[in-house]
Amino acid sequence: MSSALTLAGLRKSFGAAEIIRGVDLAVEDGERHAIIGPNGAGKSTLYNLISGRFPPSAGRIHLYDTDITGKKAFDINRLGLTRSFQVTNIFARLSVLDNVRCGCLYALGHRYAWWKLVGRLQDVNEQTASILRDIGLWEKRELPAGLLSYADQRALELGIAIAGGANVILLDEPTAGMSHSEVEQAVSLIRRISEGKTLVIVEHDMGVVFDLADRISVLVYGEIIATGTPGEIRASTAVQEAYLGTGAS
Amino acid sequence: MSTLLGRLTPWIAGAAALIALPHVFTSGFALTLMSQIGLLIVFALAYNMLLGQGGMLSFGHAVYFGLAGYFTIHYLNFIYEEQVPYIPVTLIPLLGGLVGLFFGILIGYVSTRRAGTTFAMISLGFGEMVTALTLVLVAIFNGEDGIQTDRVLGEELFGITYGPNIEVYYLIAGWCLVCTLAMFLLTRTPFGRISNAVRDNPERVEFIGYSSQRIRWLAFSLSSFFAGIAGALHAVNIEHVGFEQVSVIQSGLVLFMVYIGGAATFVGPIIGATLLYFLQSTLTGVTEAWVLYLGVLFVGVIMFFPGGLAGLISMHQPIWRARARLLAPLLVPYSRFLAALIVCVLGCIGLIEMLYFRSSRLSTETELVIYGVESDPFSAGPWLIFAAAAGLGAFAIRKTYPGAVSAWNTAIADARARPLG
Ligand SMILES: Nc1ncnc2c1ncn2[C@@H]1O[C@H](COP(=O)(O)OP(=O)(O)OP(=O)(O)O)[C@@H](O)[C@H]1O
Ligand SMILES: [Mg+2]
Repeated sequence: MSSALTLAGLRKSFGAAEIIRGVDLAVEDGERHAIIGPNGAGKSTLYNLISGRFPPSAGRIHLYDTDITGKKAFDINRLGLTRSFQVTNIFARLSVLDNVRCGCLYALGHRYAWWKLVGRLQDVNEQTASILRDIGLWEKRELPAGLLSYADQRALELGIAIAGGANVILLDEPTAGMSHSEVEQAVSLIRRISEGKTLVIVEHDMGVVFDLADRISVLVYGEIIATGTPGEIRASTAVQEAYLGTGAS
Repeated sequence: MSTLLGRLTPWIAGAAALIALPHVFTSGFALTLMSQIGLLIVFALAYNMLLGQGGMLSFGHAVYFGLAGYFTIHYLNFIYEEQVPYIPVTLIPLLGGLVGLFFGILIGYVSTRRAGTTFAMISLGFGEMVTALTLVLVAIFNGEDGIQTDRVLGEELFGITYGPNIEVYYLIAGWCLVCTLAMFLLTRTPFGRISNAVRDNPERVEFIGYSSQRIRWLAFSLSSFFAGIAGALHAVNIEHVGFEQVSVIQSGLVLFMVYIGGAATFVGPIIGATLLYFLQSTLTGVTEAWVLYLGVLFVGVIMFFPGGLAGLISMHQPIWRARARLLAPLLVPYSRFLAALIVCVLGCIGLIEMLYFRSSRLSTETELVIYGVESDPFSAGPWLIFAAAAGLGAFAIRKTYPGAVSAWNTAIADARARPLG
């Protein structure tokens, strides 16, 4: 059985500061994998390396059998990996509908086409509508995305990320800043959209993590100190000391 | 069916207007004016593919307009000398478009690698470079004199010769309509939407499968194609092209047109090109301070109506779409602001004209007439009156602007509170 995502000896330095300090991790095909860790541990940086925002300083990244180390972000995306952002990253002046639509255009093979009208693309229309309904923004589809409320923008962030139907989904704190009921909705949405796919999720809300994840990795100060099932992680004394014990819960 | 008709209505109305205009405004001056506006609309719309649609601020887009113009003049001359295959004048603009496209692909490859300030600076650099080249390579561009031609090549379909200006007007009107439609449709393609996405957030686009650089390059090339068509139409219309047409001044003018008209909407550049060229050609006869007024207009629009004139209209669209009656409370605060604006503008015009008159001192014989009244710029009276108007107007603008803004805010909030139909 192959891993969906394999990180081997991954390192990243910004100037003198080494932020990712030798990460090895194999995310299995079809699993839901959570990455937890204190603020500044390097979780988002790890995502930036995997998704091609920056090249790693050392180490290799494989998406299934393809070496994606140092590839451009759009090439990695075309290979079937998508991500969401911790800080909402949407197309503010485009309508909500167009935000999601842009998310599925390339994946559905329309690429840079300048000879066909978007309104006429049946596959795009259907996929866009189904995602808008899924994320609960169908009613607000005509609003400019920049005018949405914070929670709605978070939902849209997720919608753009999953619009292309990528097989490997990286979510960076999708529930951050949401109210309790919004979190519940988001979790069930994430569960649905990751059905049959591989999900990696960075999350601070331990309820969400233990609820959703098949396995958990703990990233502390640029290193993974433990990987295991939720039960194993809860029981691990190393994790207790390094992370869970430090007043967070 | 009704929606299709609804969508076609503006185009049919536009076509009808283009056909009817020369019968309404029959003077030779009006005809040349409308021809020039027609091709400038194409140029402005092309420019807005960069600025409004793609988020690229170019200071050198006249390069593609002007080079296509030069090429067209040469090509027409070569046809006379039978050195190149004959192409009917009707189709010459397409050739200009291909010239624009060629240079757009070439120069765009370099300049669109970066967005933002870097792109703007590179565009300025190429603009200056090409202008310098046109002055240096005399054999091709004939220096400051530029090159000329005669557009009458013989009879084409239906006995058209492009001798009479009216025939050239219809040539330009036809191309203007076709290009406008083409550029409008382009905004509705996957390319068009992703181009908007790159404008809004170039970084995010990379994570949904797109290279923002590729999109910019494509947008730049297509925009240069249409700029080239406009340049060729200019060459046919004026029968002369000089370094002014590639210069940074021309690039700045199209930027002004688009900005004042409104870059965020499709019709903005059309409004801007029409208004600015109309003002330019009428005001140059009336006042020498035209460029100064252009600058003031530009600054005023940036300060008070950053969305341009079309933006001003479209920001009210959600209101009347929700309920037309919501517009009523806007009437009074808007009129107040408008009155203040007019007083201030009239005062400023008076001051500028007197200043201009005094500093140029063409001759002591001539008299300065402002608003039909003889105004002696060497006496204190007119200065006081105009200064008072300008000052009071400015004060009133400051007093009434917040009222207008808050009236709009209230109306838009009311409109948004109503659920989507
Ligand atoms: N582009 C960058 N240049 C320099 N330093 C960076 C850069 N990106 C991240 N860092 C640093 O790397 C460290 C880890 O940041 P990162 O955002 O990956 O943490 P995180 O685990 O996602 O934290 P949080 O839970 O707060 O989101 C921080 O100290 C941050 O300042
Ligand atoms: Mg983070």
